[in-house]
Amino acid sequence: MAIAKSSSLYSSRRRRNAIAMGLSLAATLFGLGWLVLILGVLLYEGVSGLSLQVFTEMTPPPGSTGGLLNPIVGSLIMTTIAVLIGTPIGILAGTYMAEYGRYDKLTSVVRFINDILLSAPSIVIGLFIYEVVVTPMGHFSGWAGALSLAVIVIPVVVRTTEDMLTLVPNPLREAATALGMPRAYVIQRVCYRAAQAGMITGVLLAVARISGETAPLLFTALNNQFWSTNLNAPMASLPAVIFQFALSPYKDWQALAWTGALIITFTVLALSIGARALASASKRS
Amino acid sequence: MADLALQRGAIQAAEIPSRAKVLAQLRLKDAGFRYLTRTAAIMVLLLLGGVIIALVIGAVPALQAFGINFLFEQRWNPVTEKFGALAPIYGTIVTSLIAMLIAVPIGLMIAMFLTELCPQWLRRPIGTAIELLAGIPSIIYGIWGLFVFAPFLQQTLQPFLIATFGSVPVLSTLFEGPPYGIGVLTASLILAIMVLPFITAISRDVFDAVPPVLKEAAYGMGATTWEVVRYVVLPYARVGVIGGVMLGLGRALGETMAVTFVIGNAHKISASLIAPGTTISATIANEFTEAVGDLYTSSLIALGLILFLITFIVLAIARYLLLRIERRIG
Repeated sequence: MAIAKSSSLYSSRRRRNAIAMGLSLAATLFGLGWLVLILGVLLYEGVSGLSLQVFTEMTPPPGSTGGLLNPIVGSLIMTTIAVLIGTPIGILAGTYMAEYGRYDKLTSVVRFINDILLSAPSIVIGLFIYEVVVTPMGHFSGWAGALSLAVIVIPVVVRTTEDMLTLVPNPLREAATALGMPRAYVIQRVCYRAAQAGMITGVLLAVARISGETAPLLFTALNNQFWSTNLNAPMASLPAVIFQFALSPYKDWQALAWTGALIITFTVLALSIGARALASASKRS
Repeated sequence: MADLALQRGAIQAAEIPSRAKVLAQLRLKDAGFRYLTRTAAIMVLLLLGGVIIALVIGAVPALQAFGINFLFEQRWNPVTEKFGALAPIYGTIVTSLIAMLIAVPIGLMIAMFLTELCPQWLRRPIGTAIELLAGIPSIIYGIWGLFVFAPFLQQTLQPFLIATFGSVPVLSTLFEGPPYGIGVLTASLILAIMVLPFITAISRDVFDAVPPVLKEAAYGMGATTWEVVRYVVLPYARVGVIGGVMLGLGRALGETMAVTFVIGNAHKISASLIAPGTTISATIANEFTEAVGDLYTSSLIALGLILFLITFIVLAIARYLLLRIERRIG
């Protein structure tokens, strides 16, 4: 009797365990399924439109053929400027937090605020730049777009720089200091070099993050149907063009939107896989 | 001899000030660099302050015109310039909550799979693949949702829900109306897919941080894997999991492009989940460049301010909880 009871308890526990394990396996397949599904659809819809024309011709008016040259160039220009502005600020701020003020009150406040900026809604960043750049200038511009992207770059770089510098072993700093190196040189010549790979990873992740950002560009850089490298004028960007073309009723515009989506996704995935590979390679060495 | 001594003295005399000079220079550079990094750190603070101040200044005309009622009015009429934020606020909260209801259990299940069940060599590739989901830009989810997911739901899930719950008293109002494909439910499902990687990644990390001794003790007493997770891992990792959930919630609340594509942009609150609705970020993304008149623009900025305050609170709670668990581990 007692044995029967305990064996029924045993089998019910086993059953419950099997159900839970089955569900967790199903959940994992479910999660991976979306990745496969999204990438599969992107490839299916985007590859047919992929041709040299996409990279050599301007965005077309509805009904005629064309490419995505001006938005690709616009995205490249704004991303580059955003990285050039955001990276130095981010690295310097991260340096203060990890090197000079590791145990400061200021550092813990900045870390907290930075983490919030890291996941703040990007559309709010767009509104902020609209208020402080677009309104005073009186018009939308490539500069405004680049600045809003820079605001998104900063927290990513701050976070990785601080983390990577914190991982640099203290004996390195002590040895350099014992040789008579001033603090600034210890940081620039020793710590930066030791943390180099990790810091580059951070910048790559930041580029991956902003190359797909749409919301902050909608009302800062706006969009531009034509070829323009003038940073004082509205500038086309790949995400903004995808947004416009996908919501249009024209079939050829929608096809171009899919092609653009394919380009962006694979750029972003390549960047984040590259960043990961770099990070794990530097960890091993 | 004397010459030499004299010379040496001269050299020394010349060397000492230059050495002092170099040292002074180094000290200056050192202080300069320190000052520079400190300024950059303070700039991060100013950035957040600037965002809040700019939004408040931009929102003043709307808040003056409508007062506190802005929060509780459903009307949104650009022609008569009467605006209220209730419909977007409602849409934002409802879509995010449904997304979390779906994503949290699935995310925890995946984390359990990765930490307890998965063979060691498969952990990294699967973990990376799930994290790549987080890297896909939100506009991609949007275009995919609009052209693939919404038509799919229109033909399968939505008719099924209408047919199944159409005659059940309370639930029928939740699934009332024709299946448009786009709408609150579709937006919620896409949000769920988008926040899933965040919840999974953080849960996996806090699960991994549970001391192995605790788990081994439970296993040693004959507990099943599920019992170990349910009664040992989850209670230990509770605070961190809640932090991860709040972080995902913060993402879901502020998500813009994916939602804009599939929610339908209707400024009304309807009980039905398959009806079109709107969220704060979708309203701003859709209407900002077309907004004419200061009051219209200002109302949209006020919406942005509300969104920022909500996400700020949610993210602050998330960070606080995660900080607590980091301290316990570290």
